[in-house]
Amino acid sequence: MAARSTRLRRFTAIAAAVGLTAVMGACGGGSDEASSDGTVTLEFAQWWAPELPSGSFDKIINDFQTANPTIKVKLLSAPYASTKQQLVTGAASKTLPDVVGLDGAWVNDFAKQGAIADMSKLMTDAGYDASQLASQVQVEGKTYMVPVVNFVYPLFVNQDLLTKAGVSKVPSTRTEFADAAKKISATGGNVKGWALPLDTAVPNGIQNDVMSWLWASGGSMLADGKPALQTPQVKSVVEYVKSLNDAGVIAPGSLTMKEQDKVEKFTTGQVGMVVDSLAHINLVKKNNPDLKFTVAPIPAEDGYTGKRGIPYASWGIGVANSSEHKAEAFKLVQFLMDAKANAELATLANGFPGNKTAKPDFTDSDPLFKQAFDIYSEGTPANEFVGLPKSEDLMRSFDEQLQLVLTGKGSVDDALAKSQENWSSVIE
Amino acid sequence: MTTAPADPIIKQDRVPPSEPPAPAAKRSTVARRLIPFGYLSPTIVLIALLMIVPIVMVISYSFRDNVIVQENSVFAGLANYTEVLTDPDFLAAIKNTGIFITVSMVAHLLLGLGFAMMLNSPLLGNVTKSLFRVVYVLPWLFTIAVIAVIWRLLLDPSGVVNYVLNALGLIDQGVDWLGSPSTALWVVTFANIWSGYPFFMISLLAGLQGIPGELYEAASVDGASPWRKFVHVTLPQLRPVIISMAVLDLIWTSQQFALIWMMTGGGPLNSTEMLSTFTYKLAFSEYEFATASASAVIVLLLTMILAFFYVRQQRER
Repeated sequence: MAARSTRLRRFTAIAAAVGLTAVMGACGGGSDEASSDGTVTLEFAQWWAPELPSGSFDKIINDFQTANPTIKVKLLSAPYASTKQQLVTGAASKTLPDVVGLDGAWVNDFAKQGAIADMSKLMTDAGYDASQLASQVQVEGKTYMVPVVNFVYPLFVNQDLLTKAGVSKVPSTRTEFADAAKKISATGGNVKGWALPLDTAVPNGIQNDVMSWLWASGGSMLADGKPALQTPQVKSVVEYVKSLNDAGVIAPGSLTMKEQDKVEKFTTGQVGMVVDSLAHINLVKKNNPDLKFTVAPIPAEDGYTGKRGIPYASWGIGVANSSEHKAEAFKLVQFLMDAKANAELATLANGFPGNKTAKPDFTDSDPLFKQAFDIYSEGTPANEFVGLPKSEDLMRSFDEQLQLVLTGKGSVDDALAKSQENWSSVIE
Repeated sequence: MTTAPADPIIKQDRVPPSEPPAPAAKRSTVARRLIPFGYLSPTIVLIALLMIVPIVMVISYSFRDNVIVQENSVFAGLANYTEVLTDPDFLAAIKNTGIFITVSMVAHLLLGLGFAMMLNSPLLGNVTKSLFRVVYVLPWLFTIAVIAVIWRLLLDPSGVVNYVLNALGLIDQGVDWLGSPSTALWVVTFANIWSGYPFFMISLLAGLQGIPGELYEAASVDGASPWRKFVHVTLPQLRPVIISMAVLDLIWTSQQFALIWMMTGGGPLNSTEMLSTFTYKLAFSEYEFATASASAVIVLLLTMILAFFYVRQQRER
């Protein structure tokens, strides 16, 4: 009996030790693996796969692996917010996966932490021709992110509401937009002319729905890389938004409205016009197949004739500075930026390619994509938050000042002065 | 007077204290003492890795500057604490958190007690009780994300709540419940109360069912009214459960993040900013991990005060 008890104890102790070892093993582990046959395994963290048709991104990666038999890619796919948190943590602990999906808003901070590699050097080392890239995100003259697919934010217009309001033409100027918004709001019910999401949890409404008006008229919120918010152009945008609010044409609840609320209100016909991502066209059509709407450039200041800036967001790509296989990692970047693969990815994502020579296939797409591509081609992609440090924080502080203006608790001049002060302490 | 002789067997085993134990026996004793720690080692290591190490790291970060984002952070003394404690947003977050947790706890208690007494009442049949038990416990079964979405939809200016209030003639036009700084805090508190009262209800119902019927019978014999029975029998019997639940609820509610973040994000105009959302923004929006750590340590200290009362109350029991 005693011997049995001792055996049981020993067995339990061994099992505990094995379990502990397993737990410890699970806690450890690196991202850089090279097997004895020379095969390199790259980890690629991104939020793209969950947003693409099931299995389609795996197919593109399989094509890469077929073309590069000595490189294996392990996809680490998670939703956008989770990916961001994982990368922030990974950047802090210098344990980023070899290849990382990036949003332009994160680049400055990651670059300054030394978490992502200088891609200019990788391009030079690989003899890569960067002239085919539509854009590069740089910090202090060095490229840290290459936009793979771009998603533009044009003006979505509910044509039925426009007709009902007696407006015959899609607004092209600020005056026309305000007039159309007032007439749509006057049609009654809960219908309003415009939706302005200003929720501070994810304050990208400042980028997409407020600053887009500035960029559409060729304006800028920066001067020589420094904040320039107390300019007539920025002031005119804030005053214009305030005038729309005072006129009662903005859907109520804007101070805590999220982007998805904006899309929902447009889809259900509660709002006549919104600035929204082209990626939502299919969602809107799926949820309300009868909705008759179009896309148009964001209205510009009256009399403006220059190129119109159109806001965009990107699926960007970068390489971890801590990766032991940067050359192999850049091969993956090169593959995804190749005209063929890039066009395929852009088509799948309903976005526009990061390679200038790639031609997305609109054959099976909604005609609105072709229309938006023409707007994109005629205008200029504009997003001044890309590459700025703590860009989300910059948006949030501007958001809070704008909320004060819209609730009558602050003047436009005070809001811009305070925002200028806040931004100047961040952008040095 | 006689003295019982010592047990001869025990006497044989006894080692004279003056003699040192044999090395083999000593090793055996040490090994025997270490065995329990061997069994506990996975738990001890996990606790150390998952709790102690992170807490110590956060505390150490709070005394340094530019942690995480720069390789060579420097010792900053109490500068981060000074910065946090003099930040008007932090003070607003403390005030909002105080209101949020206090109102939530009191409402959880009152609602939970009320519903528990109803479900414990002999006036209701078993089928009716079962039905109500299921209905009342429903809010507790939803995840926070679902609760946030449900209430955001219901409280939309064009949502069901405004429609009903309008139909009843209580309001003339849609109220912007979440978008107005004057109502947002009360609305998120209401959502938290709605989602949290069932746990109180279940715990108090268990407490009520544990009160001996003889106490009520004795009170009836003494001519006590229902109110006096409630005050002098029910409440004293439930006191340990009520205090434990109240303190735990204060701790749990002070850590509420997801509901606030998904409903209002701390806005509008910081009217629903809590200590949790304030700390999160510092860390993951401003990348000020040192200041965020100082804020987290302050939250930890405040929570420990509550935990102290909880532990003391448990010891008294």
